[in-house]
Amino acid sequence: MATVIELPIETYAGPVDPDWCPGCGDFGVLKAVKVAAGKLGIKPKDLVVVSGIGCSSNLPGFIHAYGVHSLHGRAVAVAQGIKLANHDLHVVVTGGDGDGYGIGIGHFIHAMRRNIDITYVVMNNQIYGLTTGQASPTTMKDVRTKSTPRGNAEPPINPIALALVSGATYVARGFSGEPEHLAQLIAGGIAHRGFALIDVFSPCVTYNKVNTYPWFKQRIYKLEEEVGYDPSDAMAALQKSFEWGDRIPIGLFYKDAHPIYEDSEPALRRGPLVRHPLRPERAIFEELLAELM
Amino acid sequence: MREVTVGIGGAAGDGLDKTGDTLAKTAARLGLYVYAYNSYQSVIRGGHIWLRVRIGEKRVTSHGDHLNVLIALNQDSIERHAREVEPGGAVIYNSDKLKLDPTLLRNNVLPVPLPVSAITKPLGKIPPVMQNTVALGALLFLIGLDFETAASVLTDTFKHKGQAVIDQNVAIARAGYDYAREHFVPLGYTWTFTHIRRPFITGNEAFAIGAVMAGCKFYSAYPMTPASSILHWMAAHAERCGIVVKQCEDELAVVNMAIGAGYAGVRAMCGTSGGGFALMTEAIGQAGMIEAPLVVIEVQRGGPSTGLPTKTEQGDLNQVFGASQGDYPRVIIAPGDVADCFATVVEAFNLAEKYQLPVIIMSDLLLSEHPETIEPEALRYDVPIERGELVTEWDESQGRYKRYVFTRSGVSPRALPGTEGAVHVAATDDHDEEGILISDIFTSPPVRRKIHEKRMRKLEAVLRELPPPVLEGPEDADVTLIGWGSTKGVIQEAAEKLAREGIRANHLHIKYLFPFHAREVTEILRRCRKIVGVEANYSGQFARYLRAETGISVDALIRKYDGEPFEPHQIVESVKAILQGKPRTLDVAEDEACEIANHYIRTHLDDDARPGRVSRLERDGFEEPLWSVEIISRETGQRRGRLLIGVETGSTYRWEESAS
Ligand SMILES: Cc1ncc(C[n+]2csc(CCOP(=O)(O)OP(=O)(O)O)c2C)c(N)n1
Ligand code: SF4
Ligand SMILES: [Mg+2]
Repeated sequence: MATVIELPIETYAGPVDPDWCPGCGDFGVLKAVKVAAGKLGIKPKDLVVVSGIGCSSNLPGFIHAYGVHSLHGRAVAVAQGIKLANHDLHVVVTGGDGDGYGIGIGHFIHAMRRNIDITYVVMNNQIYGLTTGQASPTTMKDVRTKSTPRGNAEPPINPIALALVSGATYVARGFSGEPEHLAQLIAGGIAHRGFALIDVFSPCVTYNKVNTYPWFKQRIYKLEEEVGYDPSDAMAALQKSFEWGDRIPIGLFYKDAHPIYEDSEPALRRGPLVRHPLRPERAIFEELLAELM
Repeated sequence: MREVTVGIGGAAGDGLDKTGDTLAKTAARLGLYVYAYNSYQSVIRGGHIWLRVRIGEKRVTSHGDHLNVLIALNQDSIERHAREVEPGGAVIYNSDKLKLDPTLLRNNVLPVPLPVSAITKPLGKIPPVMQNTVALGALLFLIGLDFETAASVLTDTFKHKGQAVIDQNVAIARAGYDYAREHFVPLGYTWTFTHIRRPFITGNEAFAIGAVMAGCKFYSAYPMTPASSILHWMAAHAERCGIVVKQCEDELAVVNMAIGAGYAGVRAMCGTSGGGFALMTEAIGQAGMIEAPLVVIEVQRGGPSTGLPTKTEQGDLNQVFGASQGDYPRVIIAPGDVADCFATVVEAFNLAEKYQLPVIIMSDLLLSEHPETIEPEALRYDVPIERGELVTEWDESQGRYKRYVFTRSGVSPRALPGTEGAVHVAATDDHDEEGILISDIFTSPPVRRKIHEKRMRKLEAVLRELPPPVLEGPEDADVTLIGWGSTKGVIQEAAEKLAREGIRANHLHIKYLFPFHAREVTEILRRCRKIVGVEANYSGQFARYLRAETGISVDALIRKYDGEPFEPHQIVESVKAILQGKPRTLDVAEDEACEIANHYIRTHLDDDARPGRVSRLERDGFEEPLWSVEIISRETGQRRGRLLIGVETGSTYRWEESAS
């Protein structure tokens, strides 16, 4: 493997400053994405950050890299199209819990099932931030939000468990209050060959008054520090994914090597599609014509 | 003009499409023109399938108005279609299994019973679908097509199954041919065979092959009739043609993946029908907003909702016009025939990339699924490929690359991800020249105005590039027929038929629906005496659009929304009625009463029942006149009862069983 020349975080300084509320968890995630890219020496021109819609989904605008700020819930689909068109690019999806686990959950599950080589960073603040504080698919039961004034009736989605059973081959959880740890998880996800999910506790200081920084700090612990925890053991990972309450694990739940979707596409063996000559060979045309006669 | 129309009727699973294909390709190899239409149902086995193959020495542009030879593969087909066979024609059937009631035949129609087991006895035991091949052999003799040519088609068709299968098929066809020669006289067709070979191809195949020639590298879809055959073709040819073909989890993924691929620089296309298109609409606006090239094929079927999955309609025009919120530049093109499908898809890719916008191609089941012979030159290898302005590197010392730089043409040179120095974000929130959002903290009204104008301005150049429609036929016609998309051939034929009957008709056909040549169309229509719109939908969606764009209302509309495509005579008769000032009747016609009875039989009675005589009754205690359809026994011909059907409402009022 070629030696990696690390790049400084300034390499990725975006054209404008983030307009998130002061204290928003997403700042830490932005920084972690930049640090991770720098660690891996990814040039801005080779990085595409794709998002949906939400506070968190504004992230591509704040980083110097190619980006698509797509539709609410559709980032993972757009990202897969980009990856299949040019698999030399590093494709990182950044978005929110509403974006990925609500309106976009179908794409999320199917992308994991395909094990396509993209990295998905979900800023999970357990609320709809941009639309000013309604319940999201990860809002805990009984929590009051603007749309659940009597308390949320629905239990939350478990993204880690969902990822494990859906076929993701790199499943991690980070906390934006732990930016270095988070950067490591994201770098690991980008370096991983296959679909990587990094679910991030990224507190919304404005609309989520339950799942705050102190709330997480009291509860989280790192799987890396658990003696004997083996992230290649899928069943152990699944068991851990259900741990929620006084103790909540963060870190790498699961990682394993599996064939990726791109390996199954004969066309991609000739290099990224974007570099294929547009016109097919003339012999192909003659063959197609012969089929019709 | 010398031509013959062969109808093949049977159930799904009877393998009649293979038979039709062999017939069509045989005729095509002899240098004849062919147009086929398969009226099928949304079932995998059973149901009624009715394939018409029209063969002519001159080009045929619809399945026409005639039925000369019927090949009936089941009893139902005899009963439904035997009476349609025109004098001089024939009904071919397997007399081991089926019965032909001679009273069903018009004068001078030849019954051709084939004792299939006796005919094929020397060839050993044969699978039941091979009865079709016997019938095909007999047909070839009766209509004067060359057997050796058919044998060559069979040889190519079964090449992949080995010589034994080829030999068996050819031998069985020959047995049918020889039997017919020994027992019947030919129907008197004499042909001039030019032996010019023409491709026999469906609209969907033409879209797919056109896309490959235009450099399409990514095709995504979710199965939906009648667009699925593009997916099947693409999947079957993906490896050879170097295409990534992605069946996605839903149409949201389909279109968003295609947009992602287009953004990243490959020519990407997706296809669907109306229901899937409805799910795609938000993303089509996204392509407009981020200025990503995209080609979408919308193959219409009968709507609304799940509608008629296997039937044709032109009912999605409003949906396609209305797709997505806000104003955004896009192009909507409706090719008029199969050859045009190939040309249109090539053009669509060029427009999509040059102007960085979504191009929607509107087809329908008829155009997409029916095969016809097209001139060999219509399929080209070296199609024009124009990619538009691409920035391949950017020297940042000349300033920051502006992805959406405001230009006079509205087109901002595109940089693909991976390009050095041209890093930017393509955002669906509105943005400035650099791609930075303009509505987050502050909305900048003038920037918004200018970027919106920039995007929309692209359409001016698009319109200048598209050829305006031309009026076909005499300038001073009594009536002008105006249509769009797949009805081109049938309207043309109707206009010719009208001319033969002394009514001068001309034809204006619209291919480019958006942007629209409003000025040119207005000029043409102002000079027309009587404008009649022809559309396969209920409300006249195009006529309404025409009025909005030109201020011109059509004088009358000929509409069809029963799922079956127009036949020339239907347009001719409607035009005559319009010219005579007759009001349009929505009453159930006699043949429709029979069809309603068939439906009732299928849903309420047993296999032995079939419609017999139809008579019209006055009110008879109901609020409207009635059709009384006699239901008789297939076995014995005995009357089993009658069905009373409302002439106006079509309601099945009553089934009266005869006392037995
Ligand atoms: C189709 C569609 N529906 C609804 C919206 C409105 N909307 C914008 S962001 C959002 C929720 C965002 O929540 P999340 O993804 O959790 O992001 P956050 O703001 O919390 O970071 C919604 C509902 C939209 N833009 N598009
Ligand atoms: S509303 Fe919440 S999620 Fe949005 S920027 Fe503010 S703190 Fe962050
Ligand atoms: Mg959220």
